[in-house]
Amino acid sequence: MDTADAINLTGVARRFGRRWALRGITMRASAGESLMLLGRNGSGKTTLLRVLSTSLAPTRGAGTVLGHALGRSADRIRPLVAWLGHDPGLYGDLTGVENLRFSERMRRPIDGSATRDGRIAGALERVDLAAAGDERTRGYSAGMKRRLALARVLLAEPRLLLLDEPYASFDESGIQLVNEVVRAMREAGGCVVVATHDRERSAEVATRALRLEDGLLYDDELGAVSSRSAVPGVYA
Amino acid sequence: MTLAPDLRRVLTIAGKDLAIERRAKANFNAVVFLAATMLLLFGFALGPDAAALRAAAAGVLWLTVLFSGSLAFNRSYQTELEEGALETLLLYPGSRKSIFAGKLLANLVFILMVEAILVPMAAVLYGLSFGDGLGGVALALVLGTIGFVTMGTFYAAMASRLRAREVLLPLLLFPMLVPLLVAAVEVTAAFMGQSPFAPTGRWLTLMAAYDVVFLLATMGAYDFVIDD
Repeated sequence: MDTADAINLTGVARRFGRRWALRGITMRASAGESLMLLGRNGSGKTTLLRVLSTSLAPTRGAGTVLGHALGRSADRIRPLVAWLGHDPGLYGDLTGVENLRFSERMRRPIDGSATRDGRIAGALERVDLAAAGDERTRGYSAGMKRRLALARVLLAEPRLLLLDEPYASFDESGIQLVNEVVRAMREAGGCVVVATHDRERSAEVATRALRLEDGLLYDDELGAVSSRSAVPGVYA
Repeated sequence: MTLAPDLRRVLTIAGKDLAIERRAKANFNAVVFLAATMLLLFGFALGPDAAALRAAAAGVLWLTVLFSGSLAFNRSYQTELEEGALETLLLYPGSRKSIFAGKLLANLVFILMVEAILVPMAAVLYGLSFGDGLGGVALALVLGTIGFVTMGTFYAAMASRLRAREVLLPLLLFPMLVPLLVAAVEVTAAFMGQSPFAPTGRWLTLMAAYDVVFLLATMGAYDFVIDD
């Protein structure tokens, strides 16, 4: 993987109705970095991740993700990005294997079924769900659903991984699993952004800390506030 | 859409939606039960006159399909919203039109299956004998259903993130279906032998044109309505 900017945002702002959730985010991140995104509830963490995932278009500002322009080239960004949000994004009436098979068919529609099923079995093994793969996910616990969602993310083999509160609902082994995934991703040259309230856990794998406050981004460098960015004309 | 991969995505989404429906069954059972109840109630309302029942049968059949079928469209997006799957779905590679086409295909199969139960039921309740017109009735049902499902799938996507979606969907959908409903009733009645001199060719052309125009228009507009 190349070492060019994985993320390069300039003055990105996002409004919902009359409220500005992001008020001018300027940031860069390189391949191989793991960013810890901190901030209080409503500070804009999830919105920033959704902008990076192309799920939301910026209201103002511009940026690139993995070299492709946000908005204009969203189609090129989506295959390279994986997202684990608050919700697991599963279908309760499908089994764990069927959920992953659906995801794989959507990501790699021309792959053969033997290759696909082998990869799915490996991913389920990794998240410790091999025994529950044939059960409908409606019966899974919250932690099991998060593990399955993590398996889906692993299968995607993204170059940018976006994790929103990834430690929620996980037991100790699940938390370790998340950090292993982040570490492996970083070592493979990918970039990870983790939005979390669990500073201690995330610090084990983070290379840099950022803090969002009222839609503005502060580069903490794992402690000290160093910069602030805002777009002229965008007010709270 | 890049044809081969996106065509596979269309089939994947349709297969997933139909598999969920097959497992849950709640939606299909509810739609068929409502449809059967409506056919009975219309029958009671029209009275015991066999000629009046036969004359009204085409209109009753189509209204039953429209009212009961519209229940299915909200459900097709409800499964995406239950555990936040819609966000994940929208982030898969490929054209978002394949999501629309996949859901449209699943809804089309679903409504045609409901009709396969409904039409014989209507034939028994309203004393219909299709005779040579069975093929024509089938053609009218397929053309009418394509237009109905196209609009239903599109407006369900538009209403999917709104709180009042159950109320909004029929309000948005039914006015748009008026030309299709008129044509479908005319053609169905003609093939049932109730209006033998109706210009069925023109009505069928209108239905086909409606299907093509709105299929293209909704495909083109889908990206805008599904974006947050």
